[in-house]
Amino acid sequence: MERKVISFEEALLSLDHQKLKALIEQSSQTETNIHVVENLIVPALERIGNGWEQGDIALSQVYMSSRICEELVDDMLPVQSPERKNQPKMAITSLEDYHLMGKRIVYSVLRSSGFELQDYGRTTVDTLVNKAIDDKLQILLISTLMLHSALRVKEVNHQFLQKQVNIKIVVGGAPFLFDHNLWREVGADALGKSASASVGLISTIMGELSS
Amino acid sequence: MSQQSMSSLNRVLTTLSHKEPDRVPFFLLVTMHGAKALGLSIKDYFSSAKNVVEGQIRMQKKFRHDCIYTFFYAPIEIEAWGGEVIYSDNGPPNSGTPFIQSFDDIKTLHPPDVRKAPCLQKVLNATHMLKGKIGDEAPIIGVVMSPFSLPVMQMGFDRYFLLMHEHPDLFDQLMKINQEFCVNWANAQLDAGATAICYFDPVSSSTITTRKLYLNTGYQIACATLPRINGPTATHMASGRCIPILDDIAKTGTGLVGVSSLEPLEKIKSICKGKLTVVGNLNGIEMRRWDTTDAEIAVKATIQSAAPGGGFILSDNHGEIPWEITDDVLLAISHAVHQWGTYPILHM
Ligand code: B12
Repeated sequence: MERKVISFEEALLSLDHQKLKALIEQSSQTETNIHVVENLIVPALERIGNGWEQGDIALSQVYMSSRICEELVDDMLPVQSPERKNQPKMAITSLEDYHLMGKRIVYSVLRSSGFELQDYGRTTVDTLVNKAIDDKLQILLISTLMLHSALRVKEVNHQFLQKQVNIKIVVGGAPFLFDHNLWREVGADALGKSASASVGLISTIMGELSS
Repeated sequence: MSQQSMSSLNRVLTTLSHKEPDRVPFFLLVTMHGAKALGLSIKDYFSSAKNVVEGQIRMQKKFRHDCIYTFFYAPIEIEAWGGEVIYSDNGPPNSGTPFIQSFDDIKTLHPPDVRKAPCLQKVLNATHMLKGKIGDEAPIIGVVMSPFSLPVMQMGFDRYFLLMHEHPDLFDQLMKINQEFCVNWANAQLDAGATAICYFDPVSSSTITTRKLYLNTGYQIACATLPRINGPTATHMASGRCIPILDDIAKTGTGLVGVSSLEPLEKIKSICKGKLTVVGNLNGIEMRRWDTTDAEIAVKATIQSAAPGGGFILSDNHGEIPWEITDDVLLAISHAVHQWGTYPILHM
């Protein structure tokens, strides 16, 4: 499998759509679609995410590959498909920030991994808190690029505590990569250092929520 | 030389020739702090050249650093193209809705006249007034966005990546248009009195682009743009990583490189030795949690890693001190550079 994952990763990085389709078709002959997603696509995206964290892979490649995978998985697991993991209830937003790239990539990576989630777009603290509570979210993913936006996660957490709702906050984005304590300081439950890290984090939180 | 006797400009010129001046040159790249000093909102502060002149002069007196920085904010260039700028009370202005909404827009795009755009005029006026006050005492650093990095604000990151990968002809066209603007904008600042131009190019950084892509894009663009700028340039990665492309950056015709705190400074310095002056690399984001002792420790470590032999300017790693950083911490940084940065550097 490892060899196949590496071939898939290479095809993604070189934007070789034909090879990607061929590799998926090959795997689909012996595996169900959800298994192809879990065993081929997710590990390849994880490798790409790790490569970006190490400085070996460019953001443009992270972005292009996440978009391609999102499309491939949309064909394999349509939104209504029972195989889509639509638990837990989650949403992603860019908080008080005009930079949407980080959010876009995380959204694509999670959907490429078979998760369904809402995209709240850009939000302010108050609209976000109300929406998250109305939607009965279990996990809220927040992406920020500006430091002053990152600091506003504090207010979201504060309001959740005040309103006594248990919504787990997962944060990510450049400021959190420069200050490793920032995620704790703003009261987040977890930090994703790359977009693909979100997949493992969601799985861990799901485990905690169900135990 | 144990006494700190040189002018800021001579100190910088000496380090640029890869020799040791009297002390490590220190660029405290403060922008929004001028608004704090003058008791103005960030928006009001940047609304007039006079404020920025007053702010820069006051800050240089207070923090005793070796340059004047005429950078207002990156999206001021977007304003010149007719784009939107969004101000905040406690952070840097950001660009709003991108003005290139479809790839076809590029076909009819023209760069603005840098001498007519009122927002750029403000920067030129500030530069001119600062030159009148500072003369040759300290370098005045002007700023441009590279033709390769500007499109993120012109069209949004996602659309820009698609342009790069799927529409090479239009990409080339946009680069030509941006290059005209960048060269004119840089030269207008030099004419107004700037000593050198800081060429911000973080999209070329290895955080965003691989070396392979850089060599086909950002590198070529820098090689074509920088020689047309009529003065010395520093290439700044705005805290993006750059170790894989340092040797290439050295070949673009730039004299300095602004580097990230995410990479080991000693390694950077050894690669750049004799080729590029290293500018950096205090972590501005982490700085928010520093106390004065942390500041001193960070400055000492930075000096120890990169100052010996010259070819080094101590600064933050992004090219802008975040709004949240207190004056106490900035004073502690300054104090530590003055105390520990005297050449020859002693083992601390
Ligand atoms: C390239 C760059 C630029 C470019 C393009 C910026 C842009 N996107 O619009 C240009 C030159 C235009 C620029 C300008 C400015 N920049 Co700039 N820039 C950068 C740089 C190098 C990369 C930013 C970037 O876009 N990365 C791409 C995104 C997608 O990466 P990311 O946020 O890290 O996201 C990844 C992961 O973190 C993760 N992730 C993200 N969100 C989430 C969420 C979850 C839940 C999870 C799990 C994961 C996750 O997934 C992503 C992919 O793996 C950073 C420094 C750095 N080393 O990162 C500074 C940086 C973002 N810039 C910064 C600033 C301040 C500015 C300016 C405001 C400066 C000014 N005064 O004008 C301007 C304004 C720009 C604007 N748009 O208005 C600061 C922001 C922090 C602060 N100090 O407030 C940074 C962090 C530099 C620093 N060290 O201080 N910049």
